[in-house]
Amino acid sequence: MNNTGWDEFEIGAMLRSFDGTAATEIATTHQEDRAYSTNNSFTASVADWRLQKPVFNKDFCIDCQFCWIYCPDISIISRDKKMIGVDMDHCKGCGICVEVCPTNPKSLLMFSEQADEETELAQWPAKEETK
Amino acid sequence: MAFDKMELRETEVWDGNFAAAQALRQAQVDVVSAYPITPSTPIVEGYAKFKSDNYVEGEFVMVESEHAAMSGCIGAAAAGGRVATATSSQGLALMAETLYQASGMRLPIVLNIVNRALAAPLNVNGDHSDMYMVRDSGWIQFDAFCPQEAYDLNFIAFKVSEDHDVRTPAIVNQDGFMTSHTAQGVKTLSDDDAFNFVGTYKPMNDMLDFEHPVTHGVQTEEDWHFEHKARQHNDMMTIVPDKINKAFEDFEKLSGRKYNKVECYDMEDADVAVVCLGTSVETAREVAKDMRTKGIKAGVVGMRVIRPFPFAEIAEALKDIKAVAALDRSAPGGAAGMLFNEISGSLFNTDSKMLLSGYIYGLGGRDLTKKHLIDLYTELQANADAGKVLTQQQQFIGVRGPKLAYL
Repeated sequence: MNNTGWDEFEIGAMLRSFDGTAATEIATTHQEDRAYSTNNSFTASVADWRLQKPVFNKDFCIDCQFCWIYCPDISIISRDKKMIGVDMDHCKGCGICVEVCPTNPKSLLMFSEQADEETELAQWPAKEETK
Repeated sequence: MAFDKMELRETEVWDGNFAAAQALRQAQVDVVSAYPITPSTPIVEGYAKFKSDNYVEGEFVMVESEHAAMSGCIGAAAAGGRVATATSSQGLALMAETLYQASGMRLPIVLNIVNRALAAPLNVNGDHSDMYMVRDSGWIQFDAFCPQEAYDLNFIAFKVSEDHDVRTPAIVNQDGFMTSHTAQGVKTLSDDDAFNFVGTYKPMNDMLDFEHPVTHGVQTEEDWHFEHKARQHNDMMTIVPDKINKAFEDFEKLSGRKYNKVECYDMEDADVAVVCLGTSVETAREVAKDMRTKGIKAGVVGMRVIRPFPFAEIAEALKDIKAVAALDRSAPGGAAGMLFNEISGSLFNTDSKMLLSGYIYGLGGRDLTKKHLIDLYTELQANADAGKVLTQQQQFIGVRGPKLAYL
């Protein structure tokens, strides 16, 4: 945000979410295509809030969309009902997506922020047999 | 959805509460979010009844506290509606946090405060402790001295507050019981005239404008907070005063009733004067006339607007007066009293030789009698004759026990 003077902003403790004119068609426009203003939290990365990160393994995903529905930060990227991955700029590592994932083994697992994704995918746990 | 209009007589006999309720109806307030408290309850009760009887098209939101009442008003105002509520005393104290939210968010809300003392000891009667408590909350503050003015000032409050250059909430004060529960003749406006004066509500940055999404009530730290507060103060000092004058002029054209930020009575040739608020103004006016028959040129100044404080107008009204009394009806808590301080601030560093003394009176509904005011004017005349304040600068009037005087 610019360091503007007291007379240079709109009155009220308010910020506009979008640049430019009317924000029509928002519901049918993907986040990356929206004209978010610099004031909008979408433009800010909060990746450094995270201690643990989710890793997505598409081999086991059934595109049930549970993670997409439950993610409190709209950080699951899904297109045409197909799970694509996690928005790592906004994911805060809460682990809810992993918790709600119904597959066996899970398609999302939490690892430390420093973990190497390729390594973890290579040693993904096997299916757990029900007793 | 249509609502019914109400036929009013040219003059109705209303108390201050009912007059304010009628004004909320005629302004067609969209949302009243309220919690009851003596003596302000009949205002929101009145609105609720008008709504039930189909005289108003709006929503009445019943909440669990005054804090929630003003929070509801803030939400409704941010959403884009005309919003009002009422409270008193302890209720206002609980509401205080949210008053700062409303003014900081620049939301036009009209709050009727029926002035009442603050506990402890618990007391339901009128003084100005609650008014003074929120005086720096960034709200415009009007003061009514009688039911007629409680009615009129509500329309003026909406008009000023909702102006897009102002967008600052406004309080209309009236004295608990002395105004709120005392029925007097009130000259009415027709429903159409009243509504046309206030006008159809024009939203600004409203949350219900889905085409232009906004976030209201944002957080700022040391990087931005100061700029926001500076702008609030600047607009209060430079924009609001003229808007109030314009609203007073427009209202006079409509009703014939003329309001001024500083109301002067018998001040043209006055040697001594009292400055006060609320119903005390009317008592003082009567006594001032009596004093003139005794050879004391007495005048009265009533504060119609307390915030933004009319510094220039009060300085102009008092500059040639020899001795002035500032009457503060609020426990000063170790200070000189709001009116004493603000009047000092208005005339300090000017050429005025006015002698100013402060009086604390009427706490918890204690009467200010004509005898008190006769003694006060006599004391002021003695100061004027001596060319100096002969008493201490702060005195208490009407309290039992040894005389209290300080400073």
